[in-house]
Amino acid sequence: MHSSIWLSALILVPLLGAIGSMLARKVPGRSYFVAVGTSVVEMALALVVWCTYNNHITGAATYDFASRHVISAPLGLAYDVALDGISLMMVMLTAIVVLLALLGSRERRSEPAFVSWMLVLTSFTMGSFLAHDVMEFFIFFELTLIPCFLIISQWGGKERANAALKFFIYTFVGSAFLFVGILYLGFAHQHQTGSDLTFAYGALSTTTMSHTAAVWLFISFAIAFAVKSPIWPLHTWSPLAYAEAPTAGSIELSALLAKLGSYGLLRFAVALLPMSLATVRPYLMTLAVIGILYGAALACVTPDLKRLVAYSSLGQMGFITLGIMTGSTIATSGAVLMMFSHGIITIGFFLVIDFIQKRRGSILLKDITGLQGPAPVLAALFTVLMMASVGLPGLAGFVGEFLILLGTFGTHAWWGVFASLGVITAALYLLWLYQRVFHGEAVGENAEITDATNHERLVLAPIVLLVVLIGVYPHIALEKITPSVQQIIEHVVPAGVNK
Amino acid sequence: MKIAIPTIHYLAILPAILLLASSLGLLFATALMGKKISTQVASFVTVLTGAGVLVVTFLQWSQVANHGASTTIANAIVLDGFSVVSTGIIAIGLILSTFVAHDWSIREKLTGAEFHMLALASTTGAVLMTQANDLIVIFLGLEILSIGLYVLVAFDRHRAKGQEAALKYFLLGGFASALFIYGAALVYGATGTTNLSSISYFLGSNLLLHPGLLYAGGGLLLVGFGFKVAAVPFHLWSPDVYEGAPSPVTGFMASIVKVGAFAALLRVMISALGTQLDTWRPILWAFIALSAVLGASLGLIQRNVKRMLAYSSINHTAFILLGVWAGTARGTGGALFYLMAYVPAVIGSFAVVSVVGGLGDDNHDVSAYSGLGTSAYTGLARRQPLLAGAFVILLLSQLGAPGTTGFYAKFAVLEAAIEQNGPVIALIAIVSAAIAAFFYLRWCLVLFSSEETTTTRVGVPKSTAFVIIFSVVTTLAFGIWPGPLASLAQHAGLLFTP
Repeated sequence: MHSSIWLSALILVPLLGAIGSMLARKVPGRSYFVAVGTSVVEMALALVVWCTYNNHITGAATYDFASRHVISAPLGLAYDVALDGISLMMVMLTAIVVLLALLGSRERRSEPAFVSWMLVLTSFTMGSFLAHDVMEFFIFFELTLIPCFLIISQWGGKERANAALKFFIYTFVGSAFLFVGILYLGFAHQHQTGSDLTFAYGALSTTTMSHTAAVWLFISFAIAFAVKSPIWPLHTWSPLAYAEAPTAGSIELSALLAKLGSYGLLRFAVALLPMSLATVRPYLMTLAVIGILYGAALACVTPDLKRLVAYSSLGQMGFITLGIMTGSTIATSGAVLMMFSHGIITIGFFLVIDFIQKRRGSILLKDITGLQGPAPVLAALFTVLMMASVGLPGLAGFVGEFLILLGTFGTHAWWGVFASLGVITAALYLLWLYQRVFHGEAVGENAEITDATNHERLVLAPIVLLVVLIGVYPHIALEKITPSVQQIIEHVVPAGVNK
Repeated sequence: MKIAIPTIHYLAILPAILLLASSLGLLFATALMGKKISTQVASFVTVLTGAGVLVVTFLQWSQVANHGASTTIANAIVLDGFSVVSTGIIAIGLILSTFVAHDWSIREKLTGAEFHMLALASTTGAVLMTQANDLIVIFLGLEILSIGLYVLVAFDRHRAKGQEAALKYFLLGGFASALFIYGAALVYGATGTTNLSSISYFLGSNLLLHPGLLYAGGGLLLVGFGFKVAAVPFHLWSPDVYEGAPSPVTGFMASIVKVGAFAALLRVMISALGTQLDTWRPILWAFIALSAVLGASLGLIQRNVKRMLAYSSINHTAFILLGVWAGTARGTGGALFYLMAYVPAVIGSFAVVSVVGGLGDDNHDVSAYSGLGTSAYTGLARRQPLLAGAFVILLLSQLGAPGTTGFYAKFAVLEAAIEQNGPVIALIAIVSAAIAAFFYLRWCLVLFSSEETTTTRVGVPKSTAFVIIFSVVTTLAFGIWPGPLASLAQHAGLLFTP
């Protein structure tokens, strides 16, 4: 067992970095420097954790780095961190997202405040992924709202106030249900065991309850996570928020915070409430498939690039939800891998969109055409990302999607059939997008744009490398993910759930 | 005929004595000296008295910890952890409010000691209510508390709104007191006593064949309390009074009335009528659901900051009532914890409102967020980032955002409700909090607005600044580490003697 200091450092370092950035605000550019330095340290910490993570610790399932400190016994609160293969992927994603978002899309308006909030957000997100106590997860989950709200409302586009409020209220209402659900679960456990009130993950996962109670609890959990993910029909906040947020904010929202939804669904809703699965599974899978098709359909007709990525994300998150809900190890591992790869690809998409916006001043599809001529390198980088998103074998997007569909066909063939249509439509709208934006003849302002600068190439390079690495050698991630997923599935399946 | 004087445990009533003595002292001094006592002296005396009460609560706490809870003066006054902690909260509320009012009265040229006497007298009433073990004593406390406040609401004689509000408060408050005392009489009729412990004993050892009288009495008591804590449907006075009263008075009123009235309500419901839990729970359930939903949704359409805070406090009432509804030690502890979090947050908020309101205390319009123009709040964050930042934190605490005490306050009462198998009412309450979040956040957005305004910087006098800093620091410190407050509230809830 490794020391939990590494995990606490992952949470604390960004907070300290945020304070440092604020202290350094007097000298122009120094805050940015501190923030980037902090995220490099964070990345290094994440790599240390990645390399030393050991998933064979006796009596701790696949959890490593665990430790628990009670904060308030009467309220049942504790600081409890631990890491397993699933959290590990998310920790890596968090570290990558903050580093690339800061490097790729520098925000010049009140920069010290902006980078500080970005780092605070990183800290809270890390906390959510590392929390091994359900209430602690909830607190971090809620905490992420505040920096996010500020980032959207202060640095966003024209409709930013509206977008920020909509984002906050949707998520807040969703988590109200989660909150009550968690409290109920805690007391159900307390009544059963007669012990002190606790929300420790390990303890709560042994709670047995009636089928009805489990279903209600699952619904209350799923509402919160469905808003966050987003899952159709609770997604309506997301296109507005993605479009209005500053680029770094859009990246955080879609590449990272959306994963909190699917992560929570797997880690808390599915793993803690196995009794409910037989009942809720078909409904949630159906919603996921609707999301896949609906997202793809809207992505075909939406007028601007950011909204297009938002709808495309809705479809991709549908795949992830589908994978998590099938209850097969293959599909669930695929879903976790896809959470990571979708995150990486989305960073790339939003960065490219940002690069285009900086050059062209618009992200409306009708304004942009024929960029391939003046900006061939940008077009090439975009092609890789697009192909990865479409699911071209050999690139990151393929592995996750393939595993999810494989698992789904094994257990729920009909849902698999409809979900596969989503793969085709995704290819349709992405290729069509490529055709409209990059092909054709560049006229007017479009002809005058410059190609990707060295800085931009350097920022996109690690994304492309990762996309190829995971596509060619997915084992590097799957060897971490699968044992932990196996653990959850084994815990879930004996509870009367058909395979 | 010889009148037997009951034994008096002076430590138990020392806070009330101190407060009343200080109030009367200021009164006599003003009368005898022939000239005005300066506001500085009056404020100093008031704060000193508040600090003295705090010291006494420490002594009381160790007394309770070592010798257990006790009653005195013919069982009419009780000294237990619950009363000690509530008294402490009230004392802190008094000190903070005095600081805010000090700067305000100098700004509005309302110097003198009148404010302080009235505030001290009202505080005496609130403290009595937390210690009362008899319906009559509760009534006395309630009246002492209210009469001072009626005057305080109209204290700024330059404002017509204040006169109107005071009259409305007085009429409705008098009505509520009448209902309360009638309820007490009916309960006496049903049980033969007004002492809470005796009522509890009587109801525990007798089966009422015709409980109609008791129910009517208990119902009227609830109505009386409902008026005081502004629970829907007895809330109608509160937006007008919150708006009409000077901002520091509103903060004072919002904090100490809530503590006093909730302390008494908890005692009556749990100590005296605990055996009737199944009867009064559905009534409270309705109060909570209505207050939560109406408080939050009517808050949405308010254009005046103080009215908005009034509706927000109605929403808070619903949450505190949730702790009463639970009827357990956890519920009592939760309600206490909520009050601990609420008092600094609300006084701090009104302190900001008071300074931003400016001379005349009238700049409270936030119609800016419906695009109708700008107000004193528009873009405050650009002009005075620290003031606006503090305000945002206090608003976030009222909203229940994690990282602030407001979150754990909601957490504690929701826990209590869910433990008593009330997930539905808990859900209603918390969804209403999400609705309320909308107006808090909209207001934050007004603060952060980048629109150009002609308004100049507002001056933040020193003692008001102290209150704001104190509120923000406690809100954040205990919001990150709620352990000490939570165990204090839990102990107080456990020591609570039926």
